[in-house]
Amino acid sequence: MSVTINLTLKVWRQKGPDARGYLETYEAKGISSDMSFLEMLDVVNEKLTLEGKEPIAFDHDCREGICGSCGAMVNGIAHGPQKETTLCQLHMRHFKDGDTLVIEPWRARAFKPVKDLVVDRSAFDQIIQAGGYVSVNTGGAPDGNALPIPQETAELAMDAAACIGCGACVAACPNASAMLFVGAKISHLALLPQGRPEAAKRALAMLRKMDDLGFGNCSNETECEQVCPKAISITNIARFNREFLKAGLLSHER
Amino acid sequence: MSRNDSGMRKAKELIPELREAFWKDVMVPGSSMDLNQSLERAGRVADFLEFAELLVEDALHRKESCGCHFNEAYQTPDHEALRNDDACCYVAAWEFMGQGQAPRLHKEPLVFENVKLTQRSYK
Repeated sequence: MSVTINLTLKVWRQKGPDARGYLETYEAKGISSDMSFLEMLDVVNEKLTLEGKEPIAFDHDCREGICGSCGAMVNGIAHGPQKETTLCQLHMRHFKDGDTLVIEPWRARAFKPVKDLVVDRSAFDQIIQAGGYVSVNTGGAPDGNALPIPQETAELAMDAAACIGCGACVAACPNASAMLFVGAKISHLALLPQGRPEAAKRALAMLRKMDDLGFGNCSNETECEQVCPKAISITNIARFNREFLKAGLLSHER
Repeated sequence: MSRNDSGMRKAKELIPELREAFWKDVMVPGSSMDLNQSLERAGRVADFLEFAELLVEDALHRKESCGCHFNEAYQTPDHEALRNDDACCYVAAWEFMGQGQAPRLHKEPLVFENVKLTQRSYK
């Protein structure tokens, strides 16, 4: 049943990349429990707009958990308290009347602040550009059964490929490490035969780019796995480490 | 779902009023010097209001029904879309001639060398 709740929001406001940020308090009144978290922010923004104040800037696109655009820290947890959901899939029924919510942007050296809750995640794009692809000639599609892939392997690759690149793993990590993201991207290619030819080059290039961009390393905190909206397992980080070791010891790639 | 000329003529009268109200009453908070999502959205609405008028203009200009673009005035005896390939077999490219000016039509003819145009039938 739908109920309405009143909330107190403490929202990170920051005019621009070089401006000083601060927490501003807002009252979110009459919020329907059927709303998503982003719809709740829409209601607050609508009110701010009508009052002539500047609305809270936040990223969003598909609002159904597949695009990876949205995300914020809610009371210190990336994408909020609900497991395996993005912020847009988090519904207000998970909060109680009178709750206070502290809403902050992803914080990481490699994610430069843009405004309020918006951060620049193009560092992820740069990591993909460094090696997160397979080079395939164009032409006719290969025969479906020419390349047998065990079902279990295909499932593992698909699980890794579920990563939407939202950046929650980086935001949750005390080292602001992108190891879960890169691990997922390395894994979904390395597990499949199509990804093997460039596996060594890919592992080295993506790791190097990740380091260059200022992401930290993994120290097995497993916070990333806890907040990942797609439940990407940290076994992908282990696979990434194995791919990196193999590349260093067994390949001619440097 | 269908359209008719009187409905479209009404829309053609209403859209400029709506657009005027938009430009008079629009409230865009924030500044143009940093990321402004309100400005981005206002720009989109402005685009839609311009595009809507052109859409009606084009639909009124086309004296035929083409598939789902069904104008009630142009139908076969059993109520299927009636195309007018002699007059309407072209893509319309409308040129913006300035604010308040009627757009100019450029016709890009559709030429079919190997296919004879017929009425599609689902029967």
